[in-house]
Amino acid sequence: MKIFNFHLMPYRHADLDAIERNGSAWVTYSNGHYDPEKGAGLYHEYLDQMELADRLGFDGVCLNEHHQTAYGMMPIPGVLAGALARSVKRAKLAILGRALPLLNNPLMVAEEYAMLDNLTRGRFIAGFVRGIGAEYHAMGINPAHSQDRFAEAHDLIVRAWTQPGPFQYVGKHYHFNYVNPWPRPYQSPHPPIWIPSQGSSSTIRWAAQMRYTYAQTLSPIAVVARFFQMYRDEAEKAGYAASPDQLAWSNTIYVAETDEKAMREARPHLDALVNRFLKMPTEMLLPPGYSNIESIKRIRAAKVTGKPTSVDDLVKNGVVIVGSPNTVREKLAEYQDLAGFNTSLTKTQFGTLPDDMTRANMTAIAEEILPHFRDRVPQRSQRAAAE
Amino acid sequence: MEEPTARNIDVRGCNVAVRRAGAGRPLLFLHGASDAGLWTPCLADLAARHDVIVPEHPGFGASDTPAWLDTIADLAGFYLDLLDQLDLANVHLVGHDLGGWIAAELAVRNTRRIASLTLVGAAGIFVPGVAQVDPFLRTDEQRIRDLFHDPARADAMVKRAARPEFEDIGLKNQTTAARLTWQPRGYDPHLAKWLHRIDVPTLLVWGASDRVYPREFADAYAKLIAGAKLVVVPDCGHLPHIEQPQLFVATLEEFLDRKRAAA
Repeated sequence: MKIFNFHLMPYRHADLDAIERNGSAWVTYSNGHYDPEKGAGLYHEYLDQMELADRLGFDGVCLNEHHQTAYGMMPIPGVLAGALARSVKRAKLAILGRALPLLNNPLMVAEEYAMLDNLTRGRFIAGFVRGIGAEYHAMGINPAHSQDRFAEAHDLIVRAWTQPGPFQYVGKHYHFNYVNPWPRPYQSPHPPIWIPSQGSSSTIRWAAQMRYTYAQTLSPIAVVARFFQMYRDEAEKAGYAASPDQLAWSNTIYVAETDEKAMREARPHLDALVNRFLKMPTEMLLPPGYSNIESIKRIRAAKVTGKPTSVDDLVKNGVVIVGSPNTVREKLAEYQDLAGFNTSLTKTQFGTLPDDMTRANMTAIAEEILPHFRDRVPQRSQRAAAE
Repeated sequence: MEEPTARNIDVRGCNVAVRRAGAGRPLLFLHGASDAGLWTPCLADLAARHDVIVPEHPGFGASDTPAWLDTIADLAGFYLDLLDQLDLANVHLVGHDLGGWIAAELAVRNTRRIASLTLVGAAGIFVPGVAQVDPFLRTDEQRIRDLFHDPARADAMVKRAARPEFEDIGLKNQTTAARLTWQPRGYDPHLAKWLHRIDVPTLLVWGASDRVYPREFADAYAKLIAGAKLVVVPDCGHLPHIEQPQLFVATLEEFLDRKRAAA
């Protein structure tokens, strides 16, 4: 298994009570709460952690994109990827991903990603997402165009990377007389494309058909197993057998000497992540048109945005793994076998977790977990496990 | 109460649900984002003297959602086609909220079949510095309550919207409303440039406490459409035709009578 260090770069000094009073850390939580001195400190702290991950032997480091939120300070992840492209010497560098429909000019992602692929001499992984619903409120992009714009932008970018330029591109949302980006990607035909999603069946089908690596975001492991099985089934329908390398699980891991100590230490920071930084009203998460009506009804019925999430439930349901080195090894192996993935996208910093604890966690993972999983692949038939 | 006949009309391959009642001069009522599919007492009252025609816009209610539907201007073109197809003349065109926006776009393009224009709490233009509620960040219930001056008047509509059989239609209507109005939010920056072309008598009816398109929007429309008459309805929110139906009908009839007398 490959284990990546996935950072959300939260503004961890946020006033959690103010977020609760506002109802969300997104869109309407005033940036008056952002202190530039503290924020600048956090950028350097987090980039230092990514460089440490490289030295500790993590297989990759991951960034992502969110807008106008204390949840993550990476509206333009390419800036941070640029900073890391030279200081992260060995590990892969992944942006998971840029939110294509938010862009009025997706050619700039073709350019940005090609630059990063050159800078890293082919260690770059290109993630494409639609962005969550809140992004459409924050960026003034029509959610009803989200799926169309994603499809068109993806098509444009891949063609820009693979088809000799200049050529003309005419779509509904994007028109270019000259598609001819310099540089071209370093990897041939282009960097690996990864597709993170909350589990939309149409996204899973499409990723499987395209043979793109599918990354499942924050979900109970039983749900992850079901979605990964859906991917394997879709791959089969498309005429090939999906490899576990095409499946990545995005999780959070915290390791301490004992289970009790790990839970005690992680608890307030996980609570801040799920009950403060992630919280938003349904209307913000699901603007009309963002998903089809059936999906919106399903998500509304599940009332995912309403109730608080207990940290014990997160652990019990396998959304996160917290415990002693032995517990974490057992759980991760169990989950790998259950869901059949071969990449773990692991948040080692989460919520309000401070620097010293994050570094201790990263070091413990590097020493106690990584070596045991380096050559480990899913052990038994995932189909049997999922059924 | 005058009961309408309901039928579907196919306009160049797009099937729309149309309610129609009464006799007299045709009155085409274009609904807003929140009142699609409602046959309200005010429409029944108007049908006593007019041939009242109330379509559900493409993308709303029981009507088709055609692939060509992207903008309010598309709907203006669609209704010009519909007027041609039904061969209607001397039409009193009444539009509320985004229906008012459609009506304004239509009248800017072509008033050949139009006798008068009435905009009710209409969207379509931008007025700087005026606070508006953001319907897309409100819950289903809040969004309905925002429409009314008197919160008690909202109860019936809240109850109706909460009925499970309306969930699909409600989501469909919201999705189309987002498609048409999300960005720029509720207006077309190019519309205001051409409103001077409207050459039919125009009435503006606005609720005094409209929080969706506040009264400043009425003043702005009044400046942009030459000779437009503005009537502000007291104790009324965004839905004058529903919250103050008698006053609304009286205002509209008086305007249409005076227009007739002048003609």
